Amino acid sequence: MALEQSGSNPSIEVPENIVISKLDELASWGRKNSLWPMPFATACCGIELMATGASRHDLARFGAEVFRFSPRQCDLMIVAGRVVMKMLPVLQRIWQQMHEPKWCISMGACASTGGVFDTYCVVQGIDRFIPVDMYVPGCPPRPEQLIQAIIDLQDQIQTEGTVTGREFNTRERQEPKRALVELPILGQPYQQS
Amino acid sequence: MSQTPIIDSLNADFAGLTTSEFRGQTRIVVARDQLHDVLRTLRDEHGFDMLIDITCVDYLNYRDATERFGLVYLLARSDDMRRLTIRVMLSEPDLSVPTVTDLWSGADWTEREVWDMFGITFDGHPDLRRILMPEEFTAHPLRKDYPLQGRGERHNFPVLTREDG
Repeated sequence: MALEQSGSNPSIEVPENIVISKLDELASWGRKNSLWPMPFATACCGIELMATGASRHDLARFGAEVFRFSPRQCDLMIVAGRVVMKMLPVLQRIWQQMHEPKWCISMGACASTGGVFDTYCVVQGIDRFIPVDMYVPGCPPRPEQLIQAIIDLQDQIQTEGTVTGREFNTRERQEPKRALVELPILGQPYQQS
Repeated sequence: MSQTPIIDSLNADFAGLTTSEFRGQTRIVVARDQLHDVLRTLRDEHGFDMLIDITCVDYLNYRDATERFGLVYLLARSDDMRRLTIRVMLSEPDLSVPTVTDLWSGADWTEREVWDMFGITFDGHPDLRRILMPEEFTAHPLRKDYPLQGRGERHNFPVLTREDG
C-alpha cells in the first residue's frame, strides 16, 4: 500500500478488492445478520412465532432462524404472549442471562400492554420491567409483521450499533418507557396493601 | 338419571340433608360436620370412586344468599358414570372443612387450589400451600371482594434497565 502526498492531504491508494469501513459498521453488519432469537413464547403469539420460523415464511432469509432455548446462546429475546406476575421473575432472569449485545422484541398486544387481560395477575406490558427495542402490534401479529419488526431492528442495529455497545448506555434508553401508574379500581379508592 | 335409591339410603343414615334435582343432576347440601362421613359413605357403599373436582362459589352480594361460600364436591361413579354434587355452605369466620385426601388422593391439588383462590382451609391436608399464585401472595383473588385489577401486586418487581445487564 503506497502512501502518496498530494498537497496537504495525505491520501491512501487503495487496491480494487479492499473496502474501507468503520469497525462499528462492520460489527453491526455481522450482528444484524445473525440474530439468534430466544423464543419466550407463552401464548398464542408463540404459534405465529413458530409459523414465522417455519418454511412458509422462512425467517432464515433474514438470518434469524436459529432459535435457541438457552439464553446464553441468544441475543434477541422475542416475548410472545402475556406474562403473568409469577412468570416475570423468570423473564427477568432469562433476560439477565443473555449476553450483550442483546435486543428485545415485544410481540403482540399482551406482551406490550397486557392486552385484554387487565387482571390481578397479568403484567401490563413487559417494558415496565425490562428494556424493549421493538414492539409488534396485533393480536396475534401476522408473521409478516414479526418479520418487519426484525427487519426494522436490523436497520436500527446497523444505524446505531457500535462495537462497544455504547448505544445501549445512552440516557434515553435507560429511562423507563412508561411510569408505573396503577389504574384506579372502579368504585373504590386505590390502596397499596 | 335419578339417584333416588342413593338419596333414600343417605337420608336413612344422615339427618338434615337437602337434596334437589335440576335437569337430571342431583345436588345434596350437607352440613360441615357431616361432610366427611357423607363422602366416605358415598365412596365406600355407593361406589362413587372418582372425585372429579372440588371448587367453590363466593355468594357475596348474591341475591337471597344466606351463607357466603358454597364448597362443591363433584363425584362420579366409574361403572355407570353417574354424577353427584355435594355442597357445603360456609360463612366467615370459620372457613375450615376436613380434608378428603384420605378418601381420594386426587383431592390434594384441588384442595390446594381452593385454598389459594378462596382461602378455605382443609384440616388435615398434608401440604396446604399455594398452587397457582406465588408463595409471597397474601390475598385470595377469586373472592368477590378482591379487586379485579389486584392490589398493586403486579408492580412490585424490580425494573431492569440496560445497565443491569
